Amino acid sequence: MPESDETRGLFARLKKTRESLAANLSGLFGPGSAVLDDAAFEDLGDQLILADLGVEVSTQIVATLRRQAVSTRVETKEQLNSVLRMKLLEILQPSVRPLDFPAASAKPWVVVMVGVNGVGKTTTAAKLAHWFTQQDLKVMLGACDTYRAAAIEQLQVWGQRLAVPVIAQQRGADAAAVAHDALNSAQARSVDVLIIDSAGRQHVNTELMEQLRKMNRVIQRLDGSAPHETLLVVDAATGQNALAQVGAFAASVGVTGLCVTKLDGTARGGVLVALAQKFQLPIYFVGVGESVNDLRPFDAEAFVTALIGEGG
Amino acid sequence: MFSQLGDRLKETFRDLRGRGRLSEDNISQALREVRLALLEADVALPVVKSFLEGVQQRALGEKVLDSLTPGQAVVKVVHDELVELMGARNDALNLAVRPPAVVLMAGLQGAGKTTTAAKLALLLKDRENKNVLLSSVDVYRPAAMEQLRKLAEEVGVAYFGDGDDALAIARDAVAHATTHVMDVVIIDTAGRLHVDDEMMMEISRIYNEVSPVETLFVADSMSGQDAVNSARAFDQALELTGVVLTKTDGDARGGAALSIREVTGKPIKFLGTGENVEALEAFHPDRVASRILGMGDVLTLVEEVERKVDRKQAEQIAAKLKKGKGFDFEDFKNQLIQMEQMGGLAGMLDKLPGMTDLPDHVKNRVNDRETRRTIAIINSMTARERLFPALIKGSRRRRIAGGSGSQVQDVNRLLKQFTQMQKMMKKAKGKGGLAKMMGQMKGGTPGMPPFGR
Repeated sequence: MPESDETRGLFARLKKTRESLAANLSGLFGPGSAVLDDAAFEDLGDQLILADLGVEVSTQIVATLRRQAVSTRVETKEQLNSVLRMKLLEILQPSVRPLDFPAASAKPWVVVMVGVNGVGKTTTAAKLAHWFTQQDLKVMLGACDTYRAAAIEQLQVWGQRLAVPVIAQQRGADAAAVAHDALNSAQARSVDVLIIDSAGRQHVNTELMEQLRKMNRVIQRLDGSAPHETLLVVDAATGQNALAQVGAFAASVGVTGLCVTKLDGTARGGVLVALAQKFQLPIYFVGVGESVNDLRPFDAEAFVTALIGEGG
Repeated sequence: MFSQLGDRLKETFRDLRGRGRLSEDNISQALREVRLALLEADVALPVVKSFLEGVQQRALGEKVLDSLTPGQAVVKVVHDELVELMGARNDALNLAVRPPAVVLMAGLQGAGKTTTAAKLALLLKDRENKNVLLSSVDVYRPAAMEQLRKLAEEVGVAYFGDGDDALAIARDAVAHATTHVMDVVIIDTAGRLHVDDEMMMEISRIYNEVSPVETLFVADSMSGQDAVNSARAFDQALELTGVVLTKTDGDARGGAALSIREVTGKPIKFLGTGENVEALEAFHPDRVASRILGMGDVLTLVEEVERKVDRKQAEQIAAKLKKGKGFDFEDFKNQLIQMEQMGGLAGMLDKLPGMTDLPDHVKNRVNDRETRRTIAIINSMTARERLFPALIKGSRRRRIAGGSGSQVQDVNRLLKQFTQMQKMMKKAKGKGGLAKMMGQMKGGTPGMPPFGR
């Protein structure tokens, strides 16, 4: 598929999101209503909160806009929109980084998927596998969610569809042992990329978090530098709890980047702005649908446009 | 869940409670804090606004300002408004139709529909003696049907459903339940976005085909401001009868719980409280409001104790102690297992009044690893050793440590604590059993220092 189509696809999917926020904003600063009074800024803050940016970041952005409105004489909707856009991009831009297979990497390059329950780890693991096979890389999947019923079968179905081998044991097996197995056979078959799917867990569950650390320790016996990437999967519909999730997973297993799923709904995914501001982690991918092709590198411009419209 | 929201509110109220006199300014200031706390908890903005209006009106009423403890009175107003927001009482499932009663599960992807369907089946089977059929019509997600089939087996109910025509499976499942004279059919549907018109049409058709008596919207407690939009859209498409809030064992502040009920007017009927198939609780708005405001939820705890504690076993132990016989490792193990079944120490702490005031670092150390480790050590003892712990000397200690994957020091510590416990049990002769043990918990349960070593 040509690049422009993909971009359009993302735009179309995010259109609904954009429309609602843009409509709200244009209501505030429509032609003729040039007065940017306190109530207008308060409403802007409310709109940002509704988009899940959170109280702290929203308040901060509104304060910045207020200052700039005074010093640079922002009077119209277009002007304000452009200042808002710049502010959001300034926060998000540092998080735009591609997840490239490092050519000089020790093989296999090990990518571990982590996250709370139901965010879409297994589906994202499959999409990532597809992403890397498209680059002619030899990919393998490790089914280390040995807890949820039929999680293994789910990944195996994906493996068959994508013609990617899946290393698995029976349900209830030790996840660390499966990971060890998977890395072992990935090494033996000189696989380029090994993607390990893990069971969803609540980040406050110290015991399950410890099991994740154990999995890392076990694979490090085979490769001291593994895992090379630990991707935290975050549901775009998540509210402020996403901050706690990233904080806890980062502290316990060292998250190296984020994948944001389900951005094709009406959830604005505004918590991404708060995440980018607080953690400065790369946002590698966004998921915009259920098919394997619905994984896109994060594009801050497109995201901001989807959030606040094209003006500015 | 809810505890962090509670923390925020309590800070605000601590100040208010102590004041002998309140001005309108005091109240407005406190309400601004409440607004912040609610928004940080992801309560939907429109809901926050109407909630605060309600509180303000009632708080400024004369009764509050004139009462002897106006701060306390404001807290009461917030409590009452919270209860009202969440629905005044618990609404149970209404299954009073000619069987089979059909329950339809609906929601976004990853909300936890399949797990909840299985939990619900177990609850109906165990507590209401229903003959339940689980059926998945999720023909999209790979292995979704397999997941429910496995869970059905796990909770011990029948499963029906195969193929790629969701509507046909739903129809056949109900027919199957009718011919097999079953009480309830729970139909699990594929996760879908409320803006996906095609998929929403599909679930409407299923709804019309099977005429469910209960249509439950399964919602993730971690969701943000958008939760109300999806809930509203599902409600319009399906006429929901209730909501199940999942993943409440995390630290989400539960704003979605307060918003969904307000926006749809549909009661929250259950909370999913963990990964285990037993982790489903009836939702009691008044108790949750109390939990949010740090007043504890003792009622739920009492109910859990009543339901899960094996009365016979407890009485046996009590009788044994009365006769002056020793409390042995076998008894200890049984008590530990019962405690685990009640959601463990962490689950119980959450419901005790005042416990939410514990500092976080203390709370985080309360986990049930120690309990499980202790059970493992006891499992590695022979029957004779359990009856006569005095037998356990050097080489036996090493064997037990090896067998349970622990250190000799762990075994030593357990033996020492057990001896103390035996002494205590002798003193408490007659009153023994779990009640006594629970009473001791504040000072540290023997055998399992609750706050780590």
